[in-house]
Amino acid sequence: MSVNKLSTEESYKTLNKIETDLLRPMTHHKGLELWILFLVLFFIIGGYAYFIQLRDGLGVTAMRDYTSWGMYIGNFVFFVAASLIGMFISSVLGLLKIKWITPITRIAEMIALAFAMWAGIVIVIDMGRPDRLLNVFLHGRFQSPILWDVTVVSTYVAISFLLLFLPLIPDAAVIRRRLPGLPKWQMKIYDLLYLGWEARPGQYLIIKKSMRILAILIIPVALAIHTVTSWLFASTLRAGWDTAIFGPYFVSGAFVAGVAAVIIAMYFFRYNYKLGDYITDFHFNRMGQVLVLVSAIYIYFNLNEYFVPAYKMRIAEKVHLVEMFTGHWSTLFWFTQIICLVIPAFLLIFKKMRRPSIMLWLSVLVLLGAWLKRFLIVVPVQQHPYLPIQNVPDSFHHYIPTGIEITLTILPIVGVLLIITIIAKLFPVISVWEVAHEKGVDESIIK
Amino acid sequence: MKEDKNLSDSPQQDENNARRGFLKKLGLVVGAGAAVTAGAVYLGYDHEKKKNPDGKKVRVLTADGQLMEVSEAELIQAENQTADEESELQRRGREGLPGKHWVMVIDLSKCRNARMCMAACQGAHHLRPEQHHINVLRMQDAEHTEPYFMPKPCFHCDNPPCTKVCPVDATFKRQDGIVLIDNQRCIGCRFCIAACPYSARVFNWIEPLKSEEDKDLPYDVELNVPQRKGTISKCLFSADCLRKGELPYCVRACPNGVYYFGDLNEDTVTNGTTRETVRFSELIRKNGGYTVLEELGTKPQVYYLPPKNRLFPYQYEGKTTIDPDDSRVGGGRG
Repeated sequence: MSVNKLSTEESYKTLNKIETDLLRPMTHHKGLELWILFLVLFFIIGGYAYFIQLRDGLGVTAMRDYTSWGMYIGNFVFFVAASLIGMFISSVLGLLKIKWITPITRIAEMIALAFAMWAGIVIVIDMGRPDRLLNVFLHGRFQSPILWDVTVVSTYVAISFLLLFLPLIPDAAVIRRRLPGLPKWQMKIYDLLYLGWEARPGQYLIIKKSMRILAILIIPVALAIHTVTSWLFASTLRAGWDTAIFGPYFVSGAFVAGVAAVIIAMYFFRYNYKLGDYITDFHFNRMGQVLVLVSAIYIYFNLNEYFVPAYKMRIAEKVHLVEMFTGHWSTLFWFTQIICLVIPAFLLIFKKMRRPSIMLWLSVLVLLGAWLKRFLIVVPVQQHPYLPIQNVPDSFHHYIPTGIEITLTILPIVGVLLIITIIAKLFPVISVWEVAHEKGVDESIIK
Repeated sequence: MKEDKNLSDSPQQDENNARRGFLKKLGLVVGAGAAVTAGAVYLGYDHEKKKNPDGKKVRVLTADGQLMEVSEAELIQAENQTADEESELQRRGREGLPGKHWVMVIDLSKCRNARMCMAACQGAHHLRPEQHHINVLRMQDAEHTEPYFMPKPCFHCDNPPCTKVCPVDATFKRQDGIVLIDNQRCIGCRFCIAACPYSARVFNWIEPLKSEEDKDLPYDVELNVPQRKGTISKCLFSADCLRKGELPYCVRACPNGVYYFGDLNEDTVTNGTTRETVRFSELIRKNGGYTVLEELGTKPQVYYLPPKNRLFPYQYEGKTTIDPDDSRVGGGRG
């Protein structure tokens, strides 16, 4: 694959530098304990909030009979969306043989796995009877889109897990050699993971072949998880959800969220882990272009989703759309659509804007918008059913999330950060062997 | 030739002999069987007589509602009564009443928002005041049309969108057309609420109204009592009443003759107030009966008669007009 092979002596020198750079964050981590302590502290608070919800029922949230899906479901859609990025970077771009993605594939896979794992937990938080979770398997019926979702999300978690851990095999061997002083429990993980790696050509062949098969396999599964998630809404008869483009609309939106998340993570690792030689301005420039591309596709789907029904203004759609465009939700709607999607995408067209520091903030906006958009897809539609909402308390007409609800929405996000933190602590966030390959290092010495 | 004839006769004779032999044997077997049976019956009688000299019989109602006679001495206290009762209630609740297809007709010209139906329903199903299995809505179809009251139960659709999406078969349609809830199975995902275009479903967001008093009651899937926190509830067409041959709670409670209820297969419906029984098809045909939002393809089994020749003019909270924000599609005040 590499263009110019290095001599043996040069190979050792280059590999040594790569190993030193990429493994350094594993032993040097100022403030990591404090960060983990903060995350764990939030977990305790979140745990208490969940205890209250279990004890008193979902009534502790702002959800009621009409708006019966709230922030939790919006959060779930956001999580599934963000998890799609693993498939996009390592499969779509990888199979297209786009070289520059090498140093960011692991970051994308970490994000994908963390979000996909927590997506399942987000759904459990939303359940009225989490104690009956097993009923889904005992009495599951396959005509319910929920069953499809359970099936594809768990498959996606499994494949993402393999796609993250297969390329870790050679790296585990490298860690064993380079960092023998690590704590015993940590070394046990690498002993388990390196699977007797000896950098033989046959081993390389197996690992590359398996990664390729997984990269192909994950494409339909990833498309399925978000398409099926969109069908949770599109399969109902409600005006605003009852549209045919929900599948591709959700998938295109998922790439926007995922690319923004990867850019934020790239920025963080570049500066905190001092990986400026690997995650370069060039990579930011490229990711900025990718963000423009996926945003443009998403804007196109938005146009279809909102303009077409708005042109006709069928009564049930009209009530919903007017609330979005000029009514109760208009501020949030236009903030999400213009400030968090159109403007960032437009700015990133210009090369001057595709610099790490600017891209960080634009990506934060885009990611925030991605979350708000899921909220706007889930909540407002339910407040306008076909038949009027009457003879119920005033709280049934509105939806203003409660403190417990907000806490339990943030909890899984903290969970994602915790998983990413742990993986980034135990393993190099950039694949050592793949970067070494690219620089022309002799394959047989990476062990 | 003659010999040939004789030869040909002999198999026939053999056959006759064989048939006779068979009949003889059969008689023997039947005779022996009868003797044994008679003996057994006598022995059984004798045994029963010894055990229960008075031969006193008691009448008991089996779980599936049949009246049976048993000799008193045979009666034993059933073990684990609640569990048995519950599983029997579940079984018959899921099965439904064979040969029936329940249907409701709501005459909008007679409704004056008395809300006795709502009260009776909430009482029977142990619901909180904001939980409506049946809800009397204030409706206005278009800007210049007359407002009217519309009681809205679950429509027990023949193509129910709610049962389709349930991941665990906790809500299901029975053979008699009723869409029921099993709150012992429900996982509380609320997909059915999202799927129902008629907002017919409610959720137990907090501890149900009478959960303390009801906690020892066996769960009746046809009444959905005891209600359970974290599960769905909705109109059940009073399946428990129908089993007893009674009209639903709301239908009986109406003072104004709004409701008709009956069996589509028999083509008869009975008015809950006047107890008058009429032909369903004729009632619908003569009065321009319709179903709500039938364009959604849900096939509702609750029919409405239009609000014409009204007995009472529309009036709500002293006003004869209706706030368009209150009655429009979505009725949302934001």
